[in-house]
Amino acid sequence: MKKKGLYQLKKSDNKIKEYTLSVLTEDKAGLLNHITIIFNRRKMNINSLNVSTTEITGVSRFTIVVHSSLESATKVVKQIRKLVDVLAAFLYEEHEIYYQEIALYKLSTKIFLKGDLVEKIIIRKYGAKILKIEKDHIIIQKTGTKVGTQKLYDELKKFGEILEFARSGRVALSKKKRKTVNFIKELEKTKSNKLNI
Amino acid sequence: MNISGSEAVIKSLLKENVDTIFGYPGGAIMPIYDALYNYVNKINHILTRHEQGAIHAAQGYARVSGRTGVCFATSGPGATNLITGLNDALIDSTPVVCITGQVPSNLLGTDAFQESDVIGISMPVTKWNHQITNSSEIVEILSKAFYIAGSGRPGPVLIDITKDAQFSKTKFRYKKCEKIRSYHPYPVLKSEKINDAAKIINQAKKPLILVGQGVLLSKAENELIKFSEITGIPLASTLLGLSAVSCDHKNYVGYLGMHGNYGPNLKTNEADLIIAIGMRFDDRVTGDTTKYAVNAKIIHIEIDPSEIDKIIKTDVAINADAKEALIDLNKIVQKNSHEKWINEFRKCDKLEFDKIINKEINGSYDKLSMAEVIHKISEFTKGKSIIVTDVGQHQMVASRYYKFKEPNSNITSGGLGTMGFALPAAMGSKIGNPNRDVIAIIGDGGIQMTIQELATISQYNIKVKILILNNNFLGMVRQWQQLFFDNRYSFTEMKNPNFNKITDGYRIKNKKLEKREDLDKVIKEFIEYDGPYLLNVIVEKEENVFPMVPSGESVSNIRLE
Ligand SMILES: Cc1ncc(C[n+]2csc(CCOP(=O)(O)OP(=O)(O)O)c2C)c(N)n1
Repeated sequence: MKKKGLYQLKKSDNKIKEYTLSVLTEDKAGLLNHITIIFNRRKMNINSLNVSTTEITGVSRFTIVVHSSLESATKVVKQIRKLVDVLAAFLYEEHEIYYQEIALYKLSTKIFLKGDLVEKIIIRKYGAKILKIEKDHIIIQKTGTKVGTQKLYDELKKFGEILEFARSGRVALSKKKRKTVNFIKELEKTKSNKLNI
Repeated sequence: MNISGSEAVIKSLLKENVDTIFGYPGGAIMPIYDALYNYVNKINHILTRHEQGAIHAAQGYARVSGRTGVCFATSGPGATNLITGLNDALIDSTPVVCITGQVPSNLLGTDAFQESDVIGISMPVTKWNHQITNSSEIVEILSKAFYIAGSGRPGPVLIDITKDAQFSKTKFRYKKCEKIRSYHPYPVLKSEKINDAAKIINQAKKPLILVGQGVLLSKAENELIKFSEITGIPLASTLLGLSAVSCDHKNYVGYLGMHGNYGPNLKTNEADLIIAIGMRFDDRVTGDTTKYAVNAKIIHIEIDPSEIDKIIKTDVAINADAKEALIDLNKIVQKNSHEKWINEFRKCDKLEFDKIINKEINGSYDKLSMAEVIHKISEFTKGKSIIVTDVGQHQMVASRYYKFKEPNSNITSGGLGTMGFALPAAMGSKIGNPNRDVIAIIGDGGIQMTIQELATISQYNIKVKILILNNNFLGMVRQWQQLFFDNRYSFTEMKNPNFNKITDGYRIKNKKLEKREDLDKVIKEFIEYDGPYLLNVIVEKEENVFPMVPSGESVSNIRLE
C-alpha cells in the first residue's frame, strides 16, 4: 500500500502568509495571557492584536494577525481552541474577512498654512477626517488597512512633523452569513467538539 | 445556614467523593486546614514533606485509580513547589486538582509576604486555573475544577483561594458540573471515519497498532484486545501505554521508543499501516519524523484534536474517545490474521534476546545488572505489581524487563521525565490502590531528589517497596556521555550517602543487596514483607541500556550494541 498524496502536506501549506484569527471567549481575567503564551512558546510573532467585548454580554472577541505558514497557524488555532474558556477560534485568509484598522495622527495646526492640503489629501484622497482641532494641534483619524494608514502617514510626513501617531489592532468580521448570538446558542446546546463547528 | 469558605472547600471535596488529600500547610491556607480538622474522620490527609511530593503522590493516586488526585499547598513557595508536578501531570494527561492558599485579596499585587502570581506562573502548566477572591464562588469553581480535570483528555487544574475568601461565609448548595459551554471534551465520533479506517485496515498487509495511554484513560483495554484478535494485527506499546496490553498476549510485540524493543521500532518503517490509539507521536517514539513510518498510512484515534496532525500527518483521523472508536471499529472490521508479519517480529525478538537480553538477565557481569534484578522481580510478582519508575536507565530497564499483566500498573514520568517522581508517586499509588503491591524503582540520583518522602512513608506506614538501582552514576547521562560525548564523564559520578543508614534514620526496614547468590532470597523477602521496605541494590556501574535509537535518528537506525 503506497502512501497517497492526498493527506500529505501540500507545498503551499508552508508558504508564509498573513492570517487573521478570530477568537470568541468567555470574558475571563488572564485569558489574554494564556492566549499569548501559546504564540510565545512557538516563537510566533503577533503582528496585531485587538481584544474587545462583543454584542453578547460576557463574550469577548480577540482578533489576532500573524504571518505564518498555514500549518503552523492551524496548529496554533487548535491549541487556542483547547483552552477551556475559549468558545471558538477561526482562522481566516485575507479574502475571507472584512477588516479595518484605525489610525490617529497628531499634527501641528501649522499644517493649515499649506493651502488646501487638508482638503485635498486628507479628506478626498485618503477618506480621513479631522477629529479635533485645538489651538496648537489637530487630530486626524483614518480607518483602513495598515497599508492605507501608512500611506497617509508617509504623505503627511512630507508636509511637516507628525507629533504623534497611533494605530489600532485589526478588527475583522468573516464574510459568512452567521450570527454570533445563534452560534453561541448552538454551542450551549451541542455536545460536539468545537473543531467540528 | 451559611458556612465559611474553607468549610465549603472541604464539603465540596466530599461531594466529589475525594477520600485523600496530599498536602502541606502554611499561612495562607490555614483556614482550610482548620476546617479540615473537623472532617478528619471523613477525609484522609497525607502530610508529605515537600509540595512536589504532594503533587506527585496525587498523580500516582490518579494514575492507578482513574480518579482525580487532590493536593493542598500554601501561597508563594508552597504553590511554586507544585509547578514541576503540574507540568508533569499536564504532559502525561493526569487528572489532579490543586488548591493553593493566597494572600488576602486586598494585598494582591502588593508583593505581600508569600504572595506569588500563582495564576500567571501556573497558566502554561495547567489545563485550567482560576483564582477565587469571594467565598460565594467556591462551590461552583470547585465543581468546575473536578469536571475539567477528569473529563476528555485529563489534566491538572489549580484553584487559588485568597485567605479572605476562605474566612468569609457562603451558602453551600453543591451541584456537580456537567457542562461548560466553552468546553466540549468528548468529540462526536463520525461513522464515515470509522468506515474509512475499516477499509484501510481490511486491506493492509503489514499493519501495526501503537497503544498509548489513551487506551488506559478511556478504559478500552478489552476493546483493544478484541480489535487486535479480530484483525490479527500486532500491538506495540508506548512507554505510557505499557500494561494496557498484557505482555504475554500472542499479538503483543513489545515496547516502542528510544530504548524499546528491536522489532516494533524497526518494523515501523516496514509497516504499511500504523493505527495509533491514544498516543501523541512523542519524539522519543518517532525519532526523525521525516524517516518515520515511511511506507505506512496512518490512522490516528485521539480524543484531543490538537494532537491530530501535530507531528505525523494522518490519512484517517478519528477524533474520538478510544473506547467508543474501537467498539464501532470492532463491528465492521474483517476477521483476519497476520501470522507471517507477526513472525517477523518474533525473529527480531530472537535477535534481541541473543544479542542483549540473554546476557543482561543471566548474570554475565561481575556485579548484578539492572535487568537481572527487574527480571527477577517480574518473575516473582508474576507481572502483577504496580511498578512506579523514576527517570533514567533504571526506568528504561524496568519498562523493558517487567512483564506487565494487568492494566494501570506502569506509573512513570513519561513526557516530562521528572527525576524525583517515583518515590512520592509510589506512595500515592499505594493509597490509590491499597490492594496491589506497589514497587518503586529508582536510581541513586533520582531518589535523592525527593528522599524526604521516606518520612511520609514511615509516618503513615505506606506499604511501598522501594528499589534503588545504585550505580553511583547519573547513569543515563553517563551512557550518553560514553556514546556521544567521547567518554567525557562531566559531573555524572556521585559519592553517595549510605542509603541504608539514611533509611534506618527514617525507621524503614531496608537491606543492601550486592551478591548474585542472594538475589532470589532477598527479592522474595523484599516483596513478601508486610510494610515499607527499601532495597539498595549495588549494580554494575557502567552498564548501557540497549537497544537504542540515537537521539534524532530514524527508528530504522536502532542499535543493538
Ligand atoms: C529533575 C531532572 N533533572 C535532570 C534530569 C536529566 N536526567 C535524566 S536521566 C538522569 C540520570 C538519572 O540518574 P539516576 O537517578 O541515578 O538513574 P540511572 O540513570 O542511573 O538509572 C538525569 C540527570 C531529569 N530527567 N530530571
